[in-house]
Amino acid sequence: MARNLQLNEKGELQHLLTIEGLPREIIVRILDTAASFVGVTEREVKKVPLLRGKSVFNLFFEASTRTRTTFEIAAKRLSADVINLNISTSSQSKGETLLDTIDNLAAMHADMFVVRHAASGAAHLIARHVAPHHHVINAGDGRHAHPTQGLLDAYTIRHYKQDFTRLSVAVVGDILHSRVARSLIHALTTLGTPDVRAIGPQTLLPTGVESLGVRVFHDMREGLRDVDVIVMLRLQNERMKGPLLPSAQEFFKCYGLTAEKLAVAKPDAIVMHPGPMNRGVEIDSMVADGRQAVILPQVTFGIAVRMAVMSLLGGGAA
Amino acid sequence: MKIHVRGGRLVDPQHRIDGVRDLFVAEGRVAGAGVAPAGFRADHVIDATGLVVAPGLVDLAARLREPGLEYKATLDSELYAAVAGGVTSLACPPDTDPPLDEPGLVEMLKRRALSRNLAHVHPVGALTAKLEGARLAEMATLRDAGCVAFSQADAPIADTAVLWRALQYAATLGLPVWLRPQDPMLARDGVAHDGEVATRLGLPGIPAFAETIAVGTILELVRATGTRVHLCRLSTAAAAAMVRAAKADGLPVTCDVGAHHVHLSEVDLAAYDSHCNLVPPLRSLRDRDALRAGLADGTIDAICSDHTPVDEDAKQMPFGESAPGATGLELLLPLTLKWAAEHKLALADALARVTCEPARILGIEAGHLGAGAPADVCIFDPGAYVKVTPAMLKSQGKNTPFLGYELPGRVRCTLVAGTVRYEAGA
Repeated sequence: MARNLQLNEKGELQHLLTIEGLPREIIVRILDTAASFVGVTEREVKKVPLLRGKSVFNLFFEASTRTRTTFEIAAKRLSADVINLNISTSSQSKGETLLDTIDNLAAMHADMFVVRHAASGAAHLIARHVAPHHHVINAGDGRHAHPTQGLLDAYTIRHYKQDFTRLSVAVVGDILHSRVARSLIHALTTLGTPDVRAIGPQTLLPTGVESLGVRVFHDMREGLRDVDVIVMLRLQNERMKGPLLPSAQEFFKCYGLTAEKLAVAKPDAIVMHPGPMNRGVEIDSMVADGRQAVILPQVTFGIAVRMAVMSLLGGGAA
Repeated sequence: MKIHVRGGRLVDPQHRIDGVRDLFVAEGRVAGAGVAPAGFRADHVIDATGLVVAPGLVDLAARLREPGLEYKATLDSELYAAVAGGVTSLACPPDTDPPLDEPGLVEMLKRRALSRNLAHVHPVGALTAKLEGARLAEMATLRDAGCVAFSQADAPIADTAVLWRALQYAATLGLPVWLRPQDPMLARDGVAHDGEVATRLGLPGIPAFAETIAVGTILELVRATGTRVHLCRLSTAAAAAMVRAAKADGLPVTCDVGAHHVHLSEVDLAAYDSHCNLVPPLRSLRDRDALRAGLADGTIDAICSDHTPVDEDAKQMPFGESAPGATGLELLLPLTLKWAAEHKLALADALARVTCEPARILGIEAGHLGAGAPADVCIFDPGAYVKVTPAMLKSQGKNTPFLGYELPGRVRCTLVAGTVRYEAGA
């Protein structure tokens, strides 16, 4: 367990489970590879044969539309066979254990597992269990990590801002429950971003969040001052009213991104959101649809980034 | 049966003995030490040259899983694991299935344990019916059936008024109450210490103050009721400090710590090692160090194994979904010796935490080797290191964060009531 589970003996990517501990060179290689695939997705024939004959199993133990779809598109553009399994409605409800499910699918000669699970650490458990020729991509585990989202966010930031070492980036909202925030923070700190800020009420910030390398702000206007990038996080419906927050309206009042709050950021600041958005809760429609928003390009880049990860894992020289 | 244990280093913390002395056993009891009693003719001689001869260990928390949870472990497997670990007396918490809240269950457990002729079993009765934290259990009846104390195991009493009344009632009968302090609401959904590691791993946290708030409540109720309370398995530096102050105030409280918490911290969760999913959670290094210091200065009276055998399938799960607990009966002595070596403690002082001190808390005649005491003896090689593997563990539970560790102390022979019940290699 001392060894980094994600890397093989040669230091190459074996699984993608989390961005934490991933060497900077590997992150840059993924982003560079993704850049070469952005062109593919814009071509007439949107396919390359890098994963021809390989089977990618999308295992979603938790509902998802966007992430599952972009993984599916990415795999198909690499010419892989894609099998989608929505497990929350099948064998797990019949009492099969997670690892039994994996063993059964491995016996069907899966090459790659793309896994989303509600429990933090589920992808680690699977990666420790499978034979060395299987690859595991974490598509989101509990509150822990969503590394391809972190990478596509990093890709988007690099696309618009080039150099990470001069940037101020603010992550706003429900960081406590957010695997997206954790993965992005690790990506940014690994890539040398000097100023990463976490903005939110104490109830939505995890204990000791500063240890991840962020500065904490409770006042959004103060936190957004002169930033280059603003990443808004989704607030889950069930958390809008209760012991964490009094109401969606009050959250929007304090932490919703409006044109007026956006104005304290740098004039060329970009606005990102991992989706799906709650308009009028964490972000005002004027901003979401405004000229500084890069929310839809994030989705497009997400396909290229997922192609890059899969091609690097699948052994295709990219 | 008369046994002569020859040439060993006799360590008896209660009587401040540490030196090479022979031990003489007759009719299940200690007949003397040093020189043989007049007319002593041994039927059996045990050569303990180079070995330590100590009182059998007394463990304040070992789950035997009977009745009801035999798929995890059985009396046969766990009581054999006990003597293989040098443990000759153990208290078992009431969280069996059904819980130990009826005299018939307690009597059956005692009878079945006795018939195994291995370690002595002292059931801890349920404080409330079904451990539900609402209705008092029949404590007087359970006492008569053999319960030595009353506890909720890890089940909460959410209603402080019920806890108050339970303590009053126990005090009326002069019975001790054992409580693991944890605010159930603050701990709800949590699976790890609320700190940097849980934040990094995205695991829902249990804050340290979930423990100290409960300790504060319990200490106030002890002040009000005068009940003898034993706090089980402290995990935080702050709780240890509160107990230190309470003892200085003269409150009738004692406490213990689980052997795992003497050595491990949140850092050992690494990449979701579910063997480190323990109750209470492994906390910060600062907490661990404070627990070690509290043990050394006597604030913490005892180390328990918190033996919790879990089947392997229940550990092969994502961390937060895995069953908490670790096997411990066979590691109690090695982990105590490891702590003693690291803290540069005298062997007798360290062994006191697993012999005479827990025996005092249990209120049983055990944990020392004075003349006339039950001849419960653990003979071990303090210099031998043992690698922890599933195969070497006699317990049905192979779940331990110490798999692969080399730990000091190999038990060579265990006597229970003057009879050899375990011999290494046998």
